[in-house]
Amino acid sequence: MLAKRIIPCLDVDAGRVVKGIRFVDIRDAGDPVEMAAVYDREGADELTFLDITASWEQRETTYDIVRRTAEQVFIPLTVGGGVRAVDDVRRLLRAGADKVAINTAAVRDPEMLLDATLAFGSQCIVIAIDARVRNGSWEVVKDLGAGEVLLTSMDRDGTKDGYDLALTRAVCDAVPVPVIASGGAGVPAHFTEAMTDGGADAALAASVFHFGEMRISEVKAECARAGLSMR
Amino acid sequence: MTNVTVLDFEMGNLRSVAKALEKVGASVDVSAEVDRNADALVVPGQGAFGSCVLNLGARMDDVRAWIADGRPYLGICLGLQVLFDSSEESEEKGASVFAGDVVRFPAGPKVPHIGWNEVSSRAGARLFDGIDLGTRFYFVHSYYPVPADAGVVAATSDYAVEFCCAAERENVMATQFHPEKSGDAGLALLSNFVRAAAR
Repeated sequence: MLAKRIIPCLDVDAGRVVKGIRFVDIRDAGDPVEMAAVYDREGADELTFLDITASWEQRETTYDIVRRTAEQVFIPLTVGGGVRAVDDVRRLLRAGADKVAINTAAVRDPEMLLDATLAFGSQCIVIAIDARVRNGSWEVVKDLGAGEVLLTSMDRDGTKDGYDLALTRAVCDAVPVPVIASGGAGVPAHFTEAMTDGGADAALAASVFHFGEMRISEVKAECARAGLSMR
Repeated sequence: MTNVTVLDFEMGNLRSVAKALEKVGASVDVSAEVDRNADALVVPGQGAFGSCVLNLGARMDDVRAWIADGRPYLGICLGLQVLFDSSEESEEKGASVFAGDVVRFPAGPKVPHIGWNEVSSRAGARLFDGIDLGTRFYFVHSYYPVPADAGVVAATSDYAVEFCCAAERENVMATQFHPEKSGDAGLALLSNFVRAAAR
């Protein structure tokens, strides 16, 4: 049976992990490559790097860390943030990314998403949607050919109140591709809810893992206890 | 040391494949040509079947000749699909090394099939030597092969349908999943291939 996935996300700025990471046994908690290896050992099913580098010149560092991570960590790596052109996608894939997340809000021309899926296949294009409740409803998700949806609830992000289950369920029911829930994880049970009540195929979290509040192994054990198929 | 050529035909992430093969002790050359002096040929590939065939171009004949000569071949994802006759995904024809077609998952489950799924290998499958039955490997695909000869099926997985996820016949081995992204299990499988190629 296909396993549900637990995905840690690292925010990377100019080649360094931001949001302090509190882990024992780490030489350099700011090094995304070393953190990726730690999460791999902890049982992460995939890794996501979110590039928040503001300056264009420093974005070269992102390609470098993707290259170095792909040399050492043999689980899937998704890279998102700042992807605006088909050539950005090409460079990230060539550097060693398996999937590239493209944020709809960041793309001026939605056709670019289609171009990217045609050029590289839908399986490596993740459409990232930052959803916010407006007047009690959500904006419609347009089918742009991506192979997966990374759904972040802006209302829940950072709150630790749990994933937005109604939003997650609505999107899972609306799209034919797998959905990764994001935003709001605070306790292991939240991951279980996202994938049972929310119907998500995977759940992503950042700070709760970085700060050592939860271990990936602990979250996966909780999900397995709840009857979910886990690796 | 086993010298492996990873064929670069501009279809996806080759770097991980090369690094994973190096990790299990192979000497790897990423090349746009089939190197007749290498010990083994690995053909990875992501994307669409049609673009894969078009990008391979004349190299498809080199791949066929390599296989016909009994040289060790490992196909990954599209590198497996392209061995078959045809695919529902495109008009272009495959290499017909294996008889059979590549078909799309039926309506029902989420497609692409993305994630870690259990793999049941057949007794004696060399790629799976020492790998437990039901070990999980990482998949990303919307199409799967249906071999005409059940004898080439090395392993199956289950996603709404039971499907062939690895094929083997003499010198030809191939997986639908990505061993280079399947952690320790994937490295063990690649190591089995490199060992078989060294013989």
